[in-house]
Amino acid sequence: MNLLNKFRDPELCLNILDQIKSELNEEFRFMEVCGTHTVAIFQSGIRTLLPEQMVHLSGPGCPVCVTHDREIAAYIALSEKNLIIATFGDLIKVPGPGGRNLKMVQAEGARIKVVYSAFDALKIAMEKPDHKVVFLGVGFETTAPTVAAVIRMAKEQGVRNFSVMSFHKLVPPALKALAADRNIRVHGLLLPGHVSTIIGIKPYLFLAQDYKMPSVISGFEPLDILQSILIMVRQKNTGQAEVVNNYKRAVSDKGNARAMEVMYDVFEPSDALWRGLGLIPGSGLAIRNEYKGFDASVVHDQELPEVNEVPGCKCGEVLKGLISPDKCPLFDTRCTPARPVGPCMVSTEGSCAAYHKYRL
Amino acid sequence: MCLAIPMEIISIQDNVAQVEVGGVKNQVRLDIIDEPAQVGDFVIVHAGFALRRIDREEGLKTLKLFQEGLGLELVK
Repeated sequence: MNLLNKFRDPELCLNILDQIKSELNEEFRFMEVCGTHTVAIFQSGIRTLLPEQMVHLSGPGCPVCVTHDREIAAYIALSEKNLIIATFGDLIKVPGPGGRNLKMVQAEGARIKVVYSAFDALKIAMEKPDHKVVFLGVGFETTAPTVAAVIRMAKEQGVRNFSVMSFHKLVPPALKALAADRNIRVHGLLLPGHVSTIIGIKPYLFLAQDYKMPSVISGFEPLDILQSILIMVRQKNTGQAEVVNNYKRAVSDKGNARAMEVMYDVFEPSDALWRGLGLIPGSGLAIRNEYKGFDASVVHDQELPEVNEVPGCKCGEVLKGLISPDKCPLFDTRCTPARPVGPCMVSTEGSCAAYHKYRL
Repeated sequence: MCLAIPMEIISIQDNVAQVEVGGVKNQVRLDIIDEPAQVGDFVIVHAGFALRRIDREEGLKTLKLFQEGLGLELVK
């Protein structure tokens, strides 16, 4: 039996869906905070199958989408310093101040290379010892340990022309900021599966203890998502909020201790700017002093430029689940996937891009 | 961006595994996986690194839990 196929079994899915319909007795607004969940919920058709009272909100779950204007401005400034910039592909179309993005800077002559892994960026540095290579570090706890491992390798191998501009972000502090915001009407949280593979269940426990928020770590197959929604509904009905690991085949409750050790050996928590959410204490990852030689903000003296926000873009409200993407005045008019104005439209996993592509 | 794909390990040399899914082959690093992976294991792959071995038994348990709850026939 193919295990993954079972998690896509239509009959099983419909059974769970019936169960959700029969147990749901009032409006329930759930938020996912993972771009892969956003896409899976649209692509699988779950969004259209759920009863009307079940409202799906996409929160700040796409690392590219929450990258702040000032951070994009810093990346653009770095790419104009005669360096080789290595980046994940999602980032290069994100508009910074004045609508300029890394792709435009590349067209003007900057050496910007799209890589699949931070390790590929290190390889470029080792192949070109006379050039300085900067990797643009974005991503949550899923990605940060891979970048940390590469920084450690660079140190061990004495590579001197490689550094990372880290704007990595941590999910639990952002969830805390959301849960504490009284304007946000969210009744349950679908917790990100692959972030949880690294951090385990413990960093989320405050959601149930302090905020009485039903919260379920979920996988990405249709059955995973439907089961997780059913668990949230049952918690709501019994009035007992809990944090549940419903993705045990990929998430152990204790997380991945080795990845966490690597991540916190290289990085330390720092305050970070999130698009739409603002400054969240302890929600970023800065490179520790011991690895300062690999910190591009130090090596290339790059600060966060002051910038003006993009006028009219409602990404912030979309990310908090306050409005749906189509309520933004720019949606589908000035802002489309081909010509995005805000980051939520740029990444294929952004709320606005998913809404644009799959809206039925 | 946290997209991660389960891939099967075909061979391992030092800290690098050859992995495959649906005919697509790739190399992944094993520097941050927390338990030793073996040929034949499925691992979750993200940005060139294996993050974790997929636990088939736990997957089956999750399925059974819900099938029992709904009174459905159990998976073998």
